[in-house]
Amino acid sequence: MIAIAAGVTLIAVAAALVLNAFQGNVVFFFSPSQVAAKEAPLDRTFRVGGMVEKGSLKRRADGLTVEFVVTDTAKSIPVVYSGILPDLFKEGKGVVAQGKLAPDGAFHASEVLAKHDENYMPPEAAHALSKAEAEKAAKSLTPGATR
Amino acid sequence: MIPELGHFALIVALAIALVQGTLPFLGVAKKIPSLVAVARPAAQGQFVFVAIAFACLAWAFYSSDFSVLNVATNSNSRLPTAYRIAATWGSHEGSLLLWVLMLSVWMLAVSVFSRSLPEDMLARILGVMGLISVGFLSFMLFTSNPFERLLPAAADGRDLNPLLQDPGMVFHPPMLYMGYVGFSVAFSFAIAALLDGRLDATWARWSRPWTTAAWVFLTVGIALGSFWAYYELGWGGWWFWDPVENASFMPWLIGTALIHSLAVTEKRGAFKSWTVLLAIIAFSLSLLGTFLVRSGVLTSVHAFATDPKRGIFILCFLALVIGGSLTLYAWRANKVSPGGMFELLSRESMLLANSVLLIVACAAVLLGTLYPLFLDALGLGKISVGPPYFESVFAPLMAPAVLLAGIGPLVAWRKGDAADLLRRLRWTAIIVLIAALFVPLLFGRWALLTSFGLLLAFWILGGALAALIVRLRSSTKITSAFAGMLLAHAGIGVFIIGVTLVKSYETERDIRMLPGDTATLGGYGFRFEGVREVDGPNYKAARGTVIVLRDGQTIARLAPEKRVYLVQNNPMTEAAIDAGISRDVYVALGEAVDDGGKEGAWTVRIHIKPFIRWIWIGCLMMAFGGVLAASDRRYRIATRRQDDAANAGATALRSGTA
Repeated sequence: MIAIAAGVTLIAVAAALVLNAFQGNVVFFFSPSQVAAKEAPLDRTFRVGGMVEKGSLKRRADGLTVEFVVTDTAKSIPVVYSGILPDLFKEGKGVVAQGKLAPDGAFHASEVLAKHDENYMPPEAAHALSKAEAEKAAKSLTPGATR
Repeated sequence: MIPELGHFALIVALAIALVQGTLPFLGVAKKIPSLVAVARPAAQGQFVFVAIAFACLAWAFYSSDFSVLNVATNSNSRLPTAYRIAATWGSHEGSLLLWVLMLSVWMLAVSVFSRSLPEDMLARILGVMGLISVGFLSFMLFTSNPFERLLPAAADGRDLNPLLQDPGMVFHPPMLYMGYVGFSVAFSFAIAALLDGRLDATWARWSRPWTTAAWVFLTVGIALGSFWAYYELGWGGWWFWDPVENASFMPWLIGTALIHSLAVTEKRGAFKSWTVLLAIIAFSLSLLGTFLVRSGVLTSVHAFATDPKRGIFILCFLALVIGGSLTLYAWRANKVSPGGMFELLSRESMLLANSVLLIVACAAVLLGTLYPLFLDALGLGKISVGPPYFESVFAPLMAPAVLLAGIGPLVAWRKGDAADLLRRLRWTAIIVLIAALFVPLLFGRWALLTSFGLLLAFWILGGALAALIVRLRSSTKITSAFAGMLLAHAGIGVFIIGVTLVKSYETERDIRMLPGDTATLGGYGFRFEGVREVDGPNYKAARGTVIVLRDGQTIARLAPEKRVYLVQNNPMTEAAIDAGISRDVYVALGEAVDDGGKEGAWTVRIHIKPFIRWIWIGCLMMAFGGVLAASDRRYRIATRRQDDAANAGATALRSGTA
C-alpha cells in the first residue's frame, strides 16, 4: 500500500514538474510575417527565423553589438544581438534567433543559431520561407481578390 | 572491385543472419541438437563477413575511391589519414555499418565467452541477436547501401564536415555504439529467458557482466561526446540537452536502473519481471535513439518525406521490436514467480525507488525530446524545448535518487535496521551538512542551490566512504564488485561537484580586442597579441595569441584559431584551453572587426570554468567502477566450473576410446 501511495505521489510530483517546466520554458516559433501581423507575444521569449537579408548586417561602434534583418521574403524584422555570432552565420543564409520583441519593434536576441552544415537550413527558417512563398504565389493567382 | 566485395559480404552476412535468426529457434522447439548448434558458428561467421564489409568501406575511404558515392560525399583527398578512416562512420550509411559491426562484435563475444550457458539458452540469445541483425542489414541493403557507386567518379570528394575533423570523431562514435548495441545482449538474454521461462538468479548472473560492460561503453561514449562538444563547438558548454544527446542519455538512464535491478534479481531473486521490462526498454530506447539520429527526423522532420522508404522501414522495425517484445512480456511475465519479500526499509526498496526515479526522469527527457516533433508532425506549430525545461525537471527528480544512493549501500537486504543506519550515518550527515553550507563561501558567493548541489555530492561520497569503513571493520572480504560500486557512486559525487561549481561560478565575457589590449576576468589577465595566418593540411587558419596572466605572471600562452576549411569553405572555431584541476581557462576567437580603420581588431570570447574537469573525471570513475564490477571473480568462477566439467567429460571420453 505504502509503495503504491509513494509511486502515485512520485508520478504526481513528476507530472507537476513537467507541466510547470513546459509552461515556463517552451519557446514558440514565429515567422517575420507572423510578427508583422502582431501574432507574437510582447513579454515572452520566442524564436524568429528566416533568411539574413543581404547587405543588412551592421556592427555598432562597441564592436560587439550587431544588427541584421531577418526576412521570410514577404515581411522582415530587424534583430539586435550583442556577442559573437556563430561560425556559419552569413548574409543570405538561414538563421534562427531567440529573444524578445522590444517596444521599438526590433527583436533583441539573446541567442543566434545557425546550424552545423553550410547547406543546412534550420527547419523553422525553411518553413517560414516556404510559407511566405506559398502565400505570395496564392495572391498572384487570385488577382481579383482584395483580401 | 573492392566496394562490390564489401557489398557482397553484406549480402552474405544477411543470409547468415537469417539462418541464425531462425534455425536455432526451430532446433530448440523441436529438440534437434544439430540445429541448436548452428547458432554459435553462424554468429562467428556473421562477424567475419560484416568485418570484411567494414574493412572494404574503410579501404575505399583510405584509398580515396571517389567512385563510391559515400566516399565522394564524405571525404576528400586532402583529408588527413586518421580522419579519412574515421569518415567511414561519418555518414548515415557508414554509421549504420558501424552499428552492425558492433552488433556482430557483441555476438562474437557472446558466442566465445558464454561457455557456462546451456546450449539452448545460448541458441535463443544468438537467435534474437540474429533477428536484430537481419533488421539492420536489410535496412542498410535496401535503403542505405554504403557501397553505392557514383559513375562517372568524382574528381575529388566533398569532404568530411569540418566539425567532425577531430580526434573525438575517431573514438566517440565507436564507444557510443558499443554501448548502444551492447544493450542488445541484455535484451536478447531477457527475450531468451522469457521464451524459456527460466528467469532466475542464474539468468541474472549471466546477464549482469554483459549489461555492465555495455553500460561502461555507453558512459565513456557519452562522456567523450560531452568533452568533444566542450572544446570543439567553441561555446564552452558541456551538455546542451540537444535531442541527439538526449537520444544517448535515455538508454543510459534506463541502463543504470537495469544494472541495479539485475543486482536485486541475482542476490535476492526479486524484481524479475521488472528487470526484464527494463532490459526491453533500454534496448528499445537505444533503437529509438539510433533511428532518431540516423533517420534525420531530428535535424528536420521532413527527412521522412525526402526518402519515405527509410522512414517507413524505421517505423516498422521499431514497432516490430518494441511491440513484439512487449507482447511476449505481457504473455510470459505473469508466469514469473514473485521473488523474496522485503520490508519498506531495505536495500531492495531503495533500489526499487531509485529505478522508478530513473525511469520517470527518462520519461520526462523523452517527452521534452519528442513533443516538439509530434507537434510539428501534426501541424500544430513549431516550438522548441530547451535546457531550462530539462534542468528544471531533471534535477528535482534526480536529487532524491542521489540521496538514496548515498544510504543504499549501508542498508541490509530484506530488512534494514533504522536505528543502526542512523548510528552509522549520524556523523557523516553532520559533517556533510556543515561542509555543504560552508564550502560555497570559499568561492566568495553563497547560494542555496550551490549548497544543495554540494550537499548531494558530499552525501553520496560520505555514504560510499561510510559503507567502505563498515565493510573494512567487518570480516566480509571486499570484492571487486563492491569496490566497483563504491567507485561508481563516488564518481557521481565528483560529477555533481563539477556540475554544481561550473554552473554556480563560471564566468564569460565577449570582448573586442586590439593587439596589445589586456582584458581581465575572474582574477586573470588576458593580453591579446594579434593574429597571424597559418596553413593546415586542408584548411587556412587565423591563429591568435593570447597570454594568460595571473598576478602579473604569465601562466599560459593560448593559440585559439579561426579555420576556414578549403573544400566546403566553412569557418570553424578552434578554442584554446588552459586546463587545470580547479579551473579551465577557455579562449575562442570570434571574428575580425573593423575598428575605425585600425587593423587587427578581433572579437574574443573568454570563459573561466571552475572544476569543469571533475565532470568527466566523475564519468570515468563511474565507468571504471563498472569495469571493476563486471570483472568480479564470481562471474568467472561459474565459467571455470563449467570448463572443468567439460574437460572431465572429454577425459572420460578419451579414456573410454583408449
